[in-house]
Amino acid sequence: MREVAIVAFGQSDHVRDSAETSEVEMLMPVLHEVLDRTGLAARDIGFTCSGSSDYLAGRAFSFTMALDGVGAWPPISESHVETDGAWALYEAWVKLLTGEAETALVYAYGKSSPGDVREVLTRQLDPYYVAPLWPDSVALAALQAQALIDAGLTDERALAGIAARSRAAAEANPHAQLRGAVPPGEHLVAPLRTGDCPPIGDGAAAVVLAVGDTARRLTERPAWIRGLDHRIEAHSLGVRDLTDSPSTRLAAERAGAFQWPVDTAELHAPFTSQEVVLRRALKLDAPDSTVRINPSGGPLAANPIMAAGLIRLGEAAARIHRGESDRALAHATSGPCLQQNLVAVLEGE
Amino acid sequence: MSKEPVAVIGIGQTRHVAARRDVSLAGLVREAARRALDDAELTWADIDAVVIGKAPDFFEGVMMPELYLADALGAVGKPMLRVHTAGSVGGSTALVATNLVAARVHRTVLTLAFEKQSESNAMWGLSLPVPFQQPLLAGAGGFFAPHVRAYMRRTGAPDTIGSLVAYKDRRNALKNPYAHLHETDLTLEKVQASPMLWDPIRYSETCPSSDGACAMILTDRTGAARAPHPAAWVHGGAMRSEPTLFAGKDFVSPQAGKDCAADVYRQAGITDPRREIDAVEMYVPFSWYEPMWLENLGFAEEGEGWKLTESGVTELDGALPVNPSGGVLSTNPIGASGMIRFAEAALQVRGRAGDHQVDGARRALGHAYGGGSQFFAMWLVGADTPPG
Repeated sequence: MREVAIVAFGQSDHVRDSAETSEVEMLMPVLHEVLDRTGLAARDIGFTCSGSSDYLAGRAFSFTMALDGVGAWPPISESHVETDGAWALYEAWVKLLTGEAETALVYAYGKSSPGDVREVLTRQLDPYYVAPLWPDSVALAALQAQALIDAGLTDERALAGIAARSRAAAEANPHAQLRGAVPPGEHLVAPLRTGDCPPIGDGAAAVVLAVGDTARRLTERPAWIRGLDHRIEAHSLGVRDLTDSPSTRLAAERAGAFQWPVDTAELHAPFTSQEVVLRRALKLDAPDSTVRINPSGGPLAANPIMAAGLIRLGEAAARIHRGESDRALAHATSGPCLQQNLVAVLEGE
Repeated sequence: MSKEPVAVIGIGQTRHVAARRDVSLAGLVREAARRALDDAELTWADIDAVVIGKAPDFFEGVMMPELYLADALGAVGKPMLRVHTAGSVGGSTALVATNLVAARVHRTVLTLAFEKQSESNAMWGLSLPVPFQQPLLAGAGGFFAPHVRAYMRRTGAPDTIGSLVAYKDRRNALKNPYAHLHETDLTLEKVQASPMLWDPIRYSETCPSSDGACAMILTDRTGAARAPHPAAWVHGGAMRSEPTLFAGKDFVSPQAGKDCAADVYRQAGITDPRREIDAVEMYVPFSWYEPMWLENLGFAEEGEGWKLTESGVTELDGALPVNPSGGVLSTNPIGASGMIRFAEAALQVRGRAGDHQVDGARRALGHAYGGGSQFFAMWLVGADTPPG
């Protein structure tokens, strides 16, 4: 199989409200950052793919304006997934594997500030039987958290510990929205407190992928994608065991995550309780484990919807670029209560 | 590194209609997928991955409906990828699925695109006001009519050409049991006398709003060898995009369309598309786009497309049949329309297009476009295994 690496990663500063900037304005500096870092121009890129959601933007075809920001002239080979940018990266990876391109630009963005994101996300539920009840994203995550507590797999104190660890780690992340000592707060939807939930924010991210020697030429220490897989589960919460994530486990297995231990894991767990589920599925819970989980602070420090998964891949790659990791796992999720999950294994040379 | 050859071995469509009130979104997509599996004589267990596409989520009012549709499409435990590239999405979705097989990531992939337009109103779904941007006016027709007018002015095409296309496509649709519009009593005079909607586009020269889904099963060389019916082989596929609005953009014949076609022909070894391609399924939502795309896709010199149409070359029994299925003018579940073009091209080279079969079709082009004539997706399929 052709060798493909992440060679550059950039992200915006994630903020609660970016009313003064459009999606394109938010995205442009990030695109320029990754292109400048590799010395490539938009016309040099073999394939471009993005991830975003019309429902966040509140209009149809919202991604077309972002394409203007890429500078798609002369015309480019380009595609878009209506989901987190991690899946755009997957589409780009497949394109590079076919041999039809040597480099790819992947970007994602999301502004949650214009609407009430908890209500917006109810619209992704079964439109006939569930969505009309408007169960919001925090309430659904709380169901999952309560199932974990009932199964004896965690408690509120342990969840608070995850939040504190994440936000302490985010102290070193200049892009994070929430960092430092964040109080657990009151119950938002029991058993989840405000501290167990991600900040609502706006942000963008971009990565550049390249194959083989092109990757070696573009960066000193490419983050090679050794495996990449994603799996989906049933939609209805009633037919899933919310304390487990079989799709994550299968994706990790297929990506080769269990063949050798990783030293870093960037997990797309917007809620503290979801980290508990993912750590179990990914076998990161060994008592003597030295794996650094979400050294960036993770989605509890910044959760720009549609970009947060791509950022996990980018953060994991950036640690390899900097020589702080040799083998990292990156995870992205989509859908209510971790319905769809993607796992990548990245390695330095 | 050589790519794995990709074959289309199963195709399924729903009978497209204005409103499928008898099925949910899940029921609609499952019907098309089931028919594609039956055509390939495969079961859900034979499918390694699902790639699904549709146009904006606002059309049905469901955000990221692939999450909810995972169960209906047998995707649980499998990879499921959702593509959205505006009107070209049906084509892009098929190409993303093709790449999964070509890259040898998966062996057999189900790809599907759908739209259930009856659950909302597409025209107004496309017309939400956006601050600091040019309004799209009243739906797609309001956007495209000035470009049709520009084509007429530029080429001197007589104003009768659009009605010829509409009359042809609607007659072709009578031979296609899955087509939405079956207007048995339509005459050329009736097309020409239909109300003017967006001058110069008349009512009978516009596409309908349809509910429908289209599915294909794509597989590798081994899978094709086991298939019960002839396969269509992918000889070339490409996507191209350009910005929506800028001073240098040619809305009549966008550069992205020309580049996309050129890439596909290069991959397929086509040097004279007019003679080497036996059938074209072209994305023509408004009748005047047939002559416009004939030029954009290299079937006619600039300014000459309307003459091909006028001479009857694009009729079902002409030298270059365009839209033997009846096209988008007869069936338009928006998100699926591009995939229907791709699937109908494949049906032609498989010799399984029924009453609208083009005799002896060996190579066919499937074409889709979207956005402000800015997103293009095309594939060329053939009856023969590609060389190499």
